[in-house]
Amino acid sequence: MKEIEKYVKPYDANFTTMIPTGFVKYMRTCVIWQIIRFIMINIKMLIVVRKSHG
Amino acid sequence: MARLVVMGGGVSGHTAATFAKKWLGNDHEVVVVTPNSLWNWIPSNIWVGVGEMTKEDVTFPLAPVYAKAGIDYRQAKAVSIHPNGGTNSDKPYITIQYTGQGKEGQTEEVAYDYLVNATGPKLNFDATPGLGDGNGQLGSNTVSVCTADHAVHANEELQKIFDKAKTQKQKILVGTGHGMCTCQGAAFEYIFNIEHEARKAGVRDNLDIQWISNESFLGDFGIGGLHMKRGGYAASSRLFAESLYSERGIPWIIGAHVNKVEAGKAHYELLDGSMNEIEFDFAMLIPPFAGVGLKAYDKDGSDMTDQIFAPNGFMKVDANYAAGAYENWKASDWPRTYQNPIYKNMFACGIAFAPPHLISKPMSSPNGTPINPTPPRTGMPSGIIGKTVAHSICDLIKEGPNAHLHEASMAEMGAACVASAGKGLLDGTAAALTVYPVVPDFEKYPGLGRDLDYTFGEIGLAGHWIKHILHHMFIYKAKLNPGWTLIPE
Repeated sequence: MKEIEKYVKPYDANFTTMIPTGFVKYMRTCVIWQIIRFIMINIKMLIVVRKSHG
Repeated sequence: MARLVVMGGGVSGHTAATFAKKWLGNDHEVVVVTPNSLWNWIPSNIWVGVGEMTKEDVTFPLAPVYAKAGIDYRQAKAVSIHPNGGTNSDKPYITIQYTGQGKEGQTEEVAYDYLVNATGPKLNFDATPGLGDGNGQLGSNTVSVCTADHAVHANEELQKIFDKAKTQKQKILVGTGHGMCTCQGAAFEYIFNIEHEARKAGVRDNLDIQWISNESFLGDFGIGGLHMKRGGYAASSRLFAESLYSERGIPWIIGAHVNKVEAGKAHYELLDGSMNEIEFDFAMLIPPFAGVGLKAYDKDGSDMTDQIFAPNGFMKVDANYAAGAYENWKASDWPRTYQNPIYKNMFACGIAFAPPHLISKPMSSPNGTPINPTPPRTGMPSGIIGKTVAHSICDLIKEGPNAHLHEASMAEMGAACVASAGKGLLDGTAAALTVYPVVPDFEKYPGLGRDLDYTFGEIGLAGHWIKHILHHMFIYKAKLNPGWTLIPE
């Protein structure tokens, strides 16, 4: 949460946005979790690609 | 034997030419006219711009690839189209001017039976005083990542800033350099890659990194934004974009038309009509796009450019250009076959076709200055449209003029997009997105305009891996290596 303390100031434009917590940021680069996400994202993208190729 | 001439060798033109040659074989001729000797995987230019890739990593020579495919390659720029032929013949032709192959400056007439305009955009730096050099090229006040050479230069300048930032504060400005720009995605990727590299270099605390764009809200991206299912909500891309900018400490200026650039200073007008300026030590501002300036002439030599091209220089196709106000826009306004309405042997694909209107809602300041993103026509849609056009032309050649034309409306196709937010095998991140359809269809999907089952996005290391794999996969495909047709556009 250091980023929040560092960058977010009360009533600045970024005061009303979602800020990721430390857990969310950790999961973004957690290799095990990201391997699972890699598979899921690829499946989702392939479905969209398939739908888009008529 | 019929001859297909493809003007342009970018994503769309290269796709059209290579598939057409594969389907037509040696019974017919495919000619590619492009001023470039190198093919460039443009999505990776942002990594060249931060020193994480070299020019050689994102380009390869076109000549050996076209020689292998049996495609007649002319390294030249197309100058004019003569769809009714000239004084000596009714055969349509284009005029080209060589830029390489030892014939630099020479002009030539190239006859065609079918013509594909895939010339891409003119990077219209001079639309903003100080952004260009007055001769149509990038000026000295800012850098660009639009071409591989630009990106190499951008990295050289960025490294100087990083060196200075070891001892003093430096200001970085990234975004769009005009109120009518598209390609916010490239600027988005570049600013987050700079931020990522600055952290790695240990200079982040001495950098003030600022975003500026013509979007009316962050996350518009020229497609009117998108919504994604998250936590039981249909959440706007604005939330995710603002979140990322906030997390990385990047303040934003939006609804901005940069109207003048000087050394170290950009002047801009906001949607509220106010005039402002901002100082920088390093700036990368995307220029607006225009058509490449092709002219069209009738048989008697009279100028008929306005019949074939829209005022912005892009080629008219089977779109509804009379849709009028935003309230009247429909998904069906968007072209399906990309065939020119007057000359049925002429098609346009990729950025070269004239869109019927914006995708984002038009905005202007009280001073009357239009400030809104123009429609993106790059990446996956560009490749699909190129392949679709090639398919139609091959059928026309083989089956005759009554052959059914293939269709690929951007209002009926989706797009997968991966936007890098930093490069690294274990610490990189990218936003992986799909949007379906690209152009929102508010009749079919009332409210949000898109199918939430096929529109999603998330940021993480997996996205970075996908972007890196796509880099190698699409260069492999563009080189026509074994199995290239199995890789989708």
